[in-house]
Amino acid sequence: MADFPADLQYTAEHEWLDASTPAVVGITSTAAEALGDIVYLELPEVGATVTAGAVIGEVESTKSVSELYSPVTGTVAEVNQAAIDDPSLVNAEPFAGGWLIKVDVTETGPVLTADEYSALVGG
Amino acid sequence: MTDSTEQQTGGPTDRHSPLHGEHVALGANLTSFGGWLMPLRYTSDLAEHRAVREAAGLFDLSHMGEIEVSGPQAAAALDHALVGNLTAVAVGRARYTMICAEDGSVLDDLVVYRLGAERFLVVANAGNAPLVTAELVRRCEGFDATVTDQAADTALVAVQGPRAEDIVGSLVAPDDVQVVKDLKYYASVELRVAGIDALVARTGYTGEDGFELFVPAGQARELWQKVLAAGEPVGLVPAGLSARDSLRLEAGMPLYGHELDTTTTPYEAGLGRVVKLDKVDAEGAPLDFVGRAALASRKGAQPARVLVGLRGLGKRPARAGYAVVIPGKEPDVRIGLVTSGAPSPTLGYPIAMAYVTPEFSAEGTELAVDVRGREEPVVIVPMPFYRRPQTS
Repeated sequence: MADFPADLQYTAEHEWLDASTPAVVGITSTAAEALGDIVYLELPEVGATVTAGAVIGEVESTKSVSELYSPVTGTVAEVNQAAIDDPSLVNAEPFAGGWLIKVDVTETGPVLTADEYSALVGG
Repeated sequence: MTDSTEQQTGGPTDRHSPLHGEHVALGANLTSFGGWLMPLRYTSDLAEHRAVREAAGLFDLSHMGEIEVSGPQAAAALDHALVGNLTAVAVGRARYTMICAEDGSVLDDLVVYRLGAERFLVVANAGNAPLVTAELVRRCEGFDATVTDQAADTALVAVQGPRAEDIVGSLVAPDDVQVVKDLKYYASVELRVAGIDALVARTGYTGEDGFELFVPAGQARELWQKVLAAGEPVGLVPAGLSARDSLRLEAGMPLYGHELDTTTTPYEAGLGRVVKLDKVDAEGAPLDFVGRAALASRKGAQPARVLVGLRGLGKRPARAGYAVVIPGKEPDVRIGLVTSGAPSPTLGYPIAMAYVTPEFSAEGTELAVDVRGREEPVVIVPMPFYRRPQTS
């Protein structure tokens, strides 16, 4: 059974959101496992505007590729260069060292609780 | 996140391998493939891929179809049914060949093992096995030959990688160790492996040295466990279909449903060498085979499209189904289609196979692939992308 951190919020597209200031965005362990070994991340640049529900990047594994959707609207404050340099961090620590971007949020899109997300993915 | 490639989950009608319990016990991520529920990966695609390149991997290939063709006219029947010259294959040797339709299109690519003067084992792709069996039955009518579907009774596991010879050698009788060492590529021999009667073939689909072991389905688990135990000390790991796909792509090997299908002839796929238009029968008379007329008319003609290898110059890999375009031109001027593509684990850059129009098929031609709306530069390179180091 997957165990999703209760202090995070989630999207149906398998992103997680830590609603701190700035907010932190990543992909869930479920998404990382489904992709397999992640080998390439394409993320927005610092200062870019992101819109809740819009595609903001790509996550590539050896086997497949997924688009990354922003759970929030705002401005990118930081990108995780360590994860860009070593995308396997996203597989190893999807909820910690494998975070993707930090955003100065103006508006949050629809999100799920850990329990709701767990129910969604059949955890 | 939304996965833009096919989402793979097991279907309700998928068959289970005799090794299904082993895969579940190993925690494999299972996927639907060719009507079977098979391991996609056990732990990590990359780790499994690298293990095969550097040590060894153990694959369950029990989804493949095994069809025996036997009888006094078995060779003649296969010469009629397939594009290759099976009469010319010596006992104990194997041949990569194809079964084509009357129009010359590829119904499946096959490996055929000659087990005896009057006995052949045809190995077909999982999804095509029922069709291949039915076609062989039909095409062997009128010949003194019997077609037997052995898929349900046969398990197939592959040991692939530079340590494969040591691992298989450690599981045979002392007198047979040299037999394993001396077994040539595309040859097979019946041996006891881990105490189990097996057909041991030096074949594979990874670009590495390796063996494929055909055993009775009921003894598959015992063989699997013993190979794992023998191989783990030298780095063997169980490997899934994901690693198998990236390994065969690096090795430039076609996958039915991607590079080959019923709209493709062997010539377009660069595999015209498998078509033996000059086959003769026992009396030396020209031998007709299914698809011959159509293939003869195409030989030497410029095919409408050519299979090429692409090296990605950027980071974003081309994937199957993406359009090949001329850089900087209108994106809807499509000059080709990607059939397989991935970031190469061994080479560290994206690789792909694609069909392109002949005028853009020369090595060194700089093209682009429309990767989800944005062009990525690629260059045509020779295949295979990866060739294993020759040690002996």
